[in-house]
Parts: sequence; C-alpha cells; structure tokens
Amino acid sequence: MERIDARGVSCPQPVLMAKNAVEKSPQEIGILVDNNTAKNNVSRFLTNKGYKLEYRNEGEDTLIIARK
Amino acid sequence: MKEKRGIILTGAIIGIIAVLLVKFGNPKNMGFCIACFIRDIAGGIGLHSAPIVQYIRPEVIGLVLGSFLISVTGKEFKTKGGSSPFTRFILGMAVMIGALVFLGCPLRMILRIAGGDLNAIVGLAGFVVGIFIGIQFLNKGFSLRRNYSLSSFEGYLFPIANLGLFILLVAGFSMLKFSTEGPGSMHAPIWISLIAGLIVGALAQRTRMCTVGGIRDMIMFKDSYLIFGFLSILVVALIGNIALGYFNLGFAEQPVAHTDGLWNFLGMVVVGWGSVLLGGCPLRQLILAGEGNTDSAITVMGSLVGAAIAHNFGLASSTAGASPNGKVAVFVCLAVVLAISIANCEAFSSKRSLGKANS
Repeated sequence: MERIDARGVSCPQPVLMAKNAVEKSPQEIGILVDNNTAKNNVSRFLTNKGYKLEYRNEGEDTLIIARK
Repeated sequence: MKEKRGIILTGAIIGIIAVLLVKFGNPKNMGFCIACFIRDIAGGIGLHSAPIVQYIRPEVIGLVLGSFLISVTGKEFKTKGGSSPFTRFILGMAVMIGALVFLGCPLRMILRIAGGDLNAIVGLAGFVVGIFIGIQFLNKGFSLRRNYSLSSFEGYLFPIANLGLFILLVAGFSMLKFSTEGPGSMHAPIWISLIAGLIVGALAQRTRMCTVGGIRDMIMFKDSYLIFGFLSILVVALIGNIALGYFNLGFAEQPVAHTDGLWNFLGMVVVGWGSVLLGGCPLRQLILAGEGNTDSAITVMGSLVGAAIAHNFGLASSTAGASPNGKVAVFVCLAVVLAISIANCEAFSSKRSLGKANS
C-alpha cells in the first residue's frame, strides 16, 4: 500500500497529496492525517473519486485507507 | 448537498450579521473586514497614528475567542506550530498591504460586492488570478513544511492576549487610541460586536469557512464545499443590503473604497496568492490561531505589523485612490511572494522531504 504522511501541512496539501497518490497507485492508498479538517477534506475528495474508506487510529493520528 | 448545509447556513448567518453590524454602527460594507479591523487595532494600540483608523475591534477578538471556545469544547483545540513561522509572518504582512491597497480583506470584498460596489468585482478578478498563480506553485510542490505539536500553553497565549485586549477596551484603558472621525469612529456597540464575532468565530471553526479555499478547491479539485459558504455570504448580504436600503450599484461614491481599477486588481492578486501559500484567508488565520495554530497567530502578528507599516509609510489607499508608495509596495509584495513561492517549491529544490512514501 502506498502510504502518505500528510500530518501537519497546511490546506490543501493533504488533499493534493491524496490526489497525487491515487494517480500513482489507484488501487489502494493510505493517508496519515493529524487533524479533523484534513481528515474530512481528504475523505470528501476520495469518496467523490469513488473510493471506499476505512479509518485506523494511530495514536493521535488517523490513517485513512482508501480502496477502489 | 446535505454535507453543505452547515457551510451554507454559516455563510447566511455571516451575511446577516455583517449587514446588522452596519445597521448598529460599523462603516458601510464593513460588517466584517479582517484586514480593516486588524488595521484599526494596530492604530488603537498606537502602532500607527493614522487618526481615522484607530479602534479596538471586538469582532476580531470575538472571532478568536469563539473559535477557541468551540474548538476546546469539540476537542479540536491542538497547539501546533513550527511550519516556517517567519515566512508566514512576512506573508501576513504582504497580504495585509495588498488588502489595504484594495481596502478590504476577501470577506469585505464579498460584502462590498453585496453592497453593489463594482470596484470589488475588479478586486475579485485579481483575487482569482492571485489564487490561480498560487495554485501553480502548489502543483509544483510548494510547501511551508509541516507543523509539530507544542505545549498547550503556547496555543492558549493568543486567545489570552485577545482576552487581555478586550479587558483593556472595556476597562477604558487610557493609552488606547480611538478615532473621533472616519471609519475608525464608526462601530457597533462593544458587546454586540463581540457577540457577533463569537458566533461567527464558532461557526467558522466548525465549518472551516475560508474565502480563499472556496475558489482554490473549485479550481484544484472541483470541490464546491467551501465556495458554497462564499456564495451564501454574498447572496444573503445582498438581500440584507437591499432590504435595509444600503445597496448602491456602481463604481463611484462607494463607502471606504476607491475606483483605481488596476490597483484594486493588483492589491487582491497579492491577497489571493499570499493566502493560498498560507493555506487560508485572513479570516481563516484568525480561526486557526484560536484553535491553537501558533503559525497562524504569527501570521496575524505579521498582518498587524503590515497594517502599521502600511499607514506609517503611506502605503494604504484612501478613497481618492492608491498612493504612490502603495503602488511601489504592491510590486515589492508581489516580488516577495514570488520569491517565497519559488524558494519553497519542491520542483525548484534538490531537497525532497514532503510526504514521501514510507511503506
């Protein structure tokens, strides 16, 4: 799984990183975020792209796993 | 559409409150203006001495405290910082100077359009161009790098400072400066302004309302969530202005505005571009500062200093138009923002560090 660390960066970089990641490996990616804004924005983007999402807590952070 | 209900409602409430603040005493088309209000605060604490723009605007304090209170309640308050703080300070200055050449932040730009001020449409065109330029750098890997968790108290300091300023205001601290004429002398009663700020601050924190984000996300991702907030403010303030008789369509004789099209345009190019690099508009910076983002607090401090410089050096426009110094300053700001854009782009740098896969 392509795993992207999008913690701590300003808007809209988490979404942009998700966009670049799904262009590279469209089947399955994981995006690590550390705030609800990024989580919601990335989730909205990936859902609109037709991905099914799953969330895994990693300490204070959340790993968003997106699969086709 | 369901997920957009909150942002549409928030935009509507901001639109209503903005028009009501004018009714209660704020200058026309200035129910809210983050740039003008921070500029007034800079004058109020004596950082500049332009006599017509000095007041401690409780709306700004309310926005910060509203965001703080709701983010603590909603467990979203997190102290973060360390993402290129001084670069953000400088960008905050540049955005402020651009806004004061136009005479308004993006939120006031919307309110000016809603009041029939066609100069603000020219400003909007510049704003969109600025955002578009900023996006080109984002697509080339622009980043101010990540922030990190810091001690909670670091994040409390900005809301505490705002509370302190409010206490000085209500206590009638004699060293504060207040305009007796001009826009700084026009204001709603203190408590109404504070409550207006608290409500909007809380709603903006929950919905992530951002005037630059709306246009940016539409262009980059065809994501319309935030732009619905933008449009909702516009429509509701427009209706409110018509209902209360404030609507006046045209270029000339607009309140706290000038008709210098080129400089309205270029001032807002700086604002749009700089705000994209910062990750959010001036309103959003206040909200983020309220929820513990000390990089945004530093950005606001940069805006405060930028406002002081803008008036001390004669950069801010007046109703007569842009000043000679202001025109030079816009080009300096564009050069500075360009330099920051290039220097922080992955595409122009050998160092690659951001978000690399580690699977």
